[in-house]
Amino acid sequence: MDPNSKRKKESPPETSRSSPFPDEVLERILGLLKSNKDRSSVSLVCKDWYNAESWSRTHVFIGNCYSVSPEIVARRFPKIRSVTLKGKPRFSDFNLVPRNWGADIQSWLVVFASKYPFLEELRLKRMTVTDESLEFLALNFPDFKALSLLSCDGFSTDGLAAIATHCKNLTELDIQENGIDDKSGNWLSCFPENFSSLEVLNFANLNSDVNFDALEKLVSRCKSLKVLKVNKNVSLEQLQRLLVCTPQLTEIGTGSFSQELTGCQYTELENTFNHCKSLETLSGLWEATAPYLPVLYPACTNLTFLNLGYAALQSHELANLLRHCPQLRRLWVLDTVEDKGLEAVGSNCPLLEELRVFPADPFDEEIIRGVTEAGFVAVSYGCRRLHYVLYFCRQMTNAAVATIVQNCPNFTHFRLCIMNPGQPDYMTNEPMDEAFGAVVKTCSKLQRLSVSGLLTDLTFVYIGRYAKNLETLSVAFAGSSDWGMQCVLGGCPKLRKLEIRDCPFGNATLLSGLEKYESMRSLWMSSCNVTMNGCRQLAREMPRLNVEVMKEEGSDDIQADKVYVYRSVAGPRRDAPPSVLTLSGL
Amino acid sequence: MSMRLEHDYIGLSSEVPPMESSDKKFSAGGLHLKATELRLGLPGSESPERENGNSQLNIGVHCNNSGSSSSSSSCCNNNNNKSFVLGAKRGFSVAIHGGSANWVFSGSPGSEPAFSPRAANAGKVITGSDSVPVSKDGLPQSPKPIAQEKKNQILGVNGHGVAAASKAQVVGWPPIRSFRKNTMASHTPKNDDDAEAKLGSGFLYIKVSMDGAPYLRKVDLKTHGSYTELSSALEKMFSCFTIGQCGSHGVPSRDGLSESRLIDLLHGSEYVLTYEDKDGDWMLVGDVPWKMFTDSCRRLRIMKSSEAIGLAPRAMEKCKSRN
Repeated sequence: MDPNSKRKKESPPETSRSSPFPDEVLERILGLLKSNKDRSSVSLVCKDWYNAESWSRTHVFIGNCYSVSPEIVARRFPKIRSVTLKGKPRFSDFNLVPRNWGADIQSWLVVFASKYPFLEELRLKRMTVTDESLEFLALNFPDFKALSLLSCDGFSTDGLAAIATHCKNLTELDIQENGIDDKSGNWLSCFPENFSSLEVLNFANLNSDVNFDALEKLVSRCKSLKVLKVNKNVSLEQLQRLLVCTPQLTEIGTGSFSQELTGCQYTELENTFNHCKSLETLSGLWEATAPYLPVLYPACTNLTFLNLGYAALQSHELANLLRHCPQLRRLWVLDTVEDKGLEAVGSNCPLLEELRVFPADPFDEEIIRGVTEAGFVAVSYGCRRLHYVLYFCRQMTNAAVATIVQNCPNFTHFRLCIMNPGQPDYMTNEPMDEAFGAVVKTCSKLQRLSVSGLLTDLTFVYIGRYAKNLETLSVAFAGSSDWGMQCVLGGCPKLRKLEIRDCPFGNATLLSGLEKYESMRSLWMSSCNVTMNGCRQLAREMPRLNVEVMKEEGSDDIQADKVYVYRSVAGPRRDAPPSVLTLSGL
Repeated sequence: MSMRLEHDYIGLSSEVPPMESSDKKFSAGGLHLKATELRLGLPGSESPERENGNSQLNIGVHCNNSGSSSSSSSCCNNNNNKSFVLGAKRGFSVAIHGGSANWVFSGSPGSEPAFSPRAANAGKVITGSDSVPVSKDGLPQSPKPIAQEKKNQILGVNGHGVAAASKAQVVGWPPIRSFRKNTMASHTPKNDDDAEAKLGSGFLYIKVSMDGAPYLRKVDLKTHGSYTELSSALEKMFSCFTIGQCGSHGVPSRDGLSESRLIDLLHGSEYVLTYEDKDGDWMLVGDVPWKMFTDSCRRLRIMKSSEAIGLAPRAMEKCKSRN
């Protein structure tokens, strides 16, 4: 079947065409567009351009799998080779969404098998993926190349075995943090002996041992391997043997980084890392200890992303390491590095653009360790290009945040998590309103904001008034009344995702965003004051929105515990479990 | 903005009236700023001042902001105030009324907490596993066993260590992916009650308690090289606990004044620094060479000198000689 000939029959005669270009030329040109936003704009110009864009698109991104159906996607975009799909609401990462909520990939795969048999890439986030689906994928798409799973659930290592066994052209297997049933590491041994196309292999977050022999052989015959992230069961010595075969790696995820090495082994390891001159990303470093970190130094010359999110380093260990990472753009650390470690970040990483500080012991309330406002301020003085921050801390002040955004006015993503809900500025005891006020007033490019601490409506008045580019807002344990959130829904012209939990916002809030919800991807409100009647009213007034309420066991019929509202061209979904009520306006 | 004293979610008004200066440790009515001081636990977790169950000390719902010490539980039950009765029914209840804790639940699958129906939907405990609280997936993997506990037992530390088991947790908070939670839980050393000294490759954490302070701290002995360093570190840590010595705002001032007050306190007659050694004996800090001290010290305690009875006579002499 030649898609071109089919299309020529449908296009209008030359004389009445509005576009001066033949379709083929238009498609060629539009085919160069990669950004989905650009493609969306282009498709709105006229019918010809809409068609040309549809025919030239090879990658589709679907931010909410229920906003559209696979049939609709296939009808509009006939030549898709790569699909990115996101499923559950983000709060499912934090156990707030029932397990059987939905977002199952299977129905998509069935349609794809028929409409996109040449599908090459599938990237899924927060989808439910069963082993059967993985096997179906492996068997029905002969050209399949890249599989990436993040925050998904429902599958086991058996599914991975199916992929390894049947996907002859696989280039990428990227298994990130998932709720996987890790039965064994045998899946890795399922790659056939002559299989050699792998470029990306990430199994860092799997716990079972893989057969090291099989791994070593696999890695040595995959000459195009660029990314290798092993799990913590791979020892330092084993890592060294792997790296000897693969000095060209751009991304390395080490295994366990503590092992008793002889002097000779240590030197060998050092030499091996010395040869890894293309390294851009380093991660893993499970149980990394000070004596062994120096072997990494020579490999860090061109490092742009250092992920120490699972390595509990101390401040001096981090400082020593950072001295060798002059090109660092992104850094993820645990708060074991403390403020002192962050001072070292400020001193050594002038090019830093992104910083994420995770809590090592988020539930340990006896110890006040971790980072404070001082560390964040120190980073802001040294890293003026900082624009993305995720910061978990136990104390913060309004003054500190004001200083931080003054130093770094270019924030696009500001996610501050003061871990004690509703905690005020610890020095003045005032709410943290002025902190976030400073953020939105100063950072005009702000796209994503997560707020925390003791907050009154004033915070939201500020957000509504100043955050003109805000797209994503996350709110928890904050606010005084509906007024605040009404300001947000009335301001913030670019708001796309709003997620709220445990706040005193009710129906007034829910119903004040009516006009906005159709331009947003979704709204989440849980443990607020929204009632079933409010949800029903919303569903009545906005029939093209999907209004879903997740009921908890034992709750009454008045309160709406968890509300999820999203726009959709596919209508109410039909696969909702009994605990999810769809309040359709029909 | 409305000048009406609005109740925000946790019952504090958005206007912050000035604290009356008083001899009391906290103001009796209106805002309980003490309640919002730097604390480790959730806003409702107890400190010794609240142990006596005096409801007027409770942070949270005081819908009648009259400063009276009436129990606030009735107003929380009042459906007319539903818009303020947030925590009671919601995922995170800050309102700790006399007697009924709304936010401690068993983590066992399918069980309902034995509290009032109103509280049935309040915060559930994180099990540390991937599963939602009502899943049938089996036992929680959190290192902290979760149990139903009455409010009185949900304590901040009172200086003698407290079972981590009794800490209630809110579902999905802090917002960390389950994967990370589980991974870190199995990697970081468990915070055992009996493990008073956490020894690692580069650190030696010792619990430090101070009489009268609501919770204890930990100090890494390896980061200090001498008694003077340790002493000033402790002063910094505990200067905010000089309860009764604070200024009129109930908040310790951060200038040097309160610090030097503590120095006076530590070196003066009021407090002495003691430690428990390997044999379980309580000794006065400073008698032995530093290295020997770090090797044998199991925990530290800043105790009132009036209580420093029973220390070795020589130690007591030293103590007296400092006055």
